[in-house]
Amino acid sequence: MDKKTLLELKKKAVRTRKHILDEVYAAQSGHPGGSLSATEIFTYLFQHEMRIDPANPKWEDRDRFVLSKGHCAPGLYAALAIRGFFPEEDLKGFRSIDSYLQGHPSMKDVPGVDMSTGSLGQGISTAVGMALAGKLDKKDYRVFALLGDGEIQEGQVWEAFMSAAHYKLDNLTAFLDHNGLQIDGNISDVMCPEDVVEKFRAFCWNVIDIDGHDWEAIEAAVEEAKATKGRPTVIVLKTIKGKGVSYMEGVAGWHGMAPDEELYKKAIAELDEAMASLEV
Amino acid sequence: MAEKIATRQAYGDALAEFGVDEKIVVFDADLSKSTKTANFQKKFPERFFNMGIAEANMMCAAAGMSTCGKTVFASTFAIFAAGRACEQVRNSICYPNLNVKIGATHAGVSIGEDGASHQMLEDIANMRAMPNMTIISPADAVETRLAVKASIEHKGPVYLRLGRLNVPVIFDETYEFVIGKGVEIKSGTDLTIIATGLLVHEAIAAHGILAEKGIKARIVNMPTIKPIDEDIIVKAAKETGVIVTAEEHNIMGGLGSAVCEVVAEKYPVPVLRIGTKDKFGKSGKPELLLKEYGLTAEDIVRKAEEAIKLK
Repeated sequence: MDKKTLLELKKKAVRTRKHILDEVYAAQSGHPGGSLSATEIFTYLFQHEMRIDPANPKWEDRDRFVLSKGHCAPGLYAALAIRGFFPEEDLKGFRSIDSYLQGHPSMKDVPGVDMSTGSLGQGISTAVGMALAGKLDKKDYRVFALLGDGEIQEGQVWEAFMSAAHYKLDNLTAFLDHNGLQIDGNISDVMCPEDVVEKFRAFCWNVIDIDGHDWEAIEAAVEEAKATKGRPTVIVLKTIKGKGVSYMEGVAGWHGMAPDEELYKKAIAELDEAMASLEV
Repeated sequence: MAEKIATRQAYGDALAEFGVDEKIVVFDADLSKSTKTANFQKKFPERFFNMGIAEANMMCAAAGMSTCGKTVFASTFAIFAAGRACEQVRNSICYPNLNVKIGATHAGVSIGEDGASHQMLEDIANMRAMPNMTIISPADAVETRLAVKASIEHKGPVYLRLGRLNVPVIFDETYEFVIGKGVEIKSGTDLTIIATGLLVHEAIAAHGILAEKGIKARIVNMPTIKPIDEDIIVKAAKETGVIVTAEEHNIMGGLGSAVCEVVAEKYPVPVLRIGTKDKFGKSGKPELLLKEYGLTAEDIVRKAEEAIKLK
């Protein structure tokens, strides 16, 4: 990736983070922590990687994205709005009764959402079905799915991983947002899913373990996934929950909580500062 | 004596017949020889996917595939389709209103020896409460074939409730099936018996026994439990004054409940329900179980006589 592209992506990531804060603050509910930890991958996929057309959201040959950790809708909606699927000013309606932006992604309501999700563990299975359809129709679209590291405590996730390897779905790439925290605390304290890399390997997937905030690493991993034949790839993104907002970083409490006015302003000030440093 | 064919057999045959449509894809969860989807697999192996013993994943994968323009039939036993994978059906199929058809075989006590763990008696209740879901409970092989065809033509989720037991073929090739329509198969004015699935044949037998006793029972076959045919129920309430419902399902939440809801709101008359009485099943020969759980023509006759006294 050239410097100009990288700089643009970094700026769009900050913009995404600001939208996440705006959405959750306006709604006074929603899930900032996991949206912020996944911001780089949302940005990379929607603003750079995916073959999608905002003017034709249901285009048959488009790449698909399934937000298996559906509660991170603020991040997905921000990415879709920046990509042009709907106006960015609509984001402030998030979770309100007169908005189409449902608390969890709804494919019938939100342009660009490929699958309704929210009940953990189900999204990755639906992505398996989409990838299987792509193989059946000999289409070259790719399917991406983003999971949380708490989400993989759901047994269905492992059913899905087993079936994707069984059907050799090399058109499917899963991402694990490995931020180490879930609502009730550290994932290893609540119900340890480790060793995630070894578990995915044992399920016969190609596994790439990277820093989920490192753009070059993301690019290299996605390219490797695309070049890997005969099996699906999972990219384990080592991330920081709440990334980009100092007081949210690494704090489980910000999984599903909205900031008050003071903290919201502090977050926006930090993000404005981050943007200013990119514009120098 | 009429030919006997299990509705699951007719389901597998219909998939193989209508499977020439390349949009049709069939999923199964390691039960293809029992659900008879193997008949489709034999003819169209490239469009058949065994998803293993993992029903939750199967339902959601079916949902995902349907978003890519496919009509997906996901098959397993009713206990797993509407039980184990209940929330997957709700959130990944019904909420986004996707084109997934659930072929749920082995419903009811009539599966016999496998016993309570496999005898699904609550599936209509579970599925009926979900917005966007259509529920069809065919009475015989002819109706099953037509129900499969109608399901393919219908856009959106369908739950097809099918049985393991060989049951008499009731209808001939002139029979017309429309989703959401009940069918009066015997006329009568003293009471109406509304039956679905396996109990339709029993209701027809009851009609004969009642006729010998001088009671003219109207028999309505109700293959679609949702959306329920309100008109035929209200007409029955008005013209015959009392209704008996009959189904191989818990009396809570199934056909009987659906009929009661319509009658209570539109034209109140007494309704008596035949079904399992909030109990689990058990092992045994199908015929003996149907008798023990009160699901025979004789049970319908007794209930009909009781019902008439309420007029």
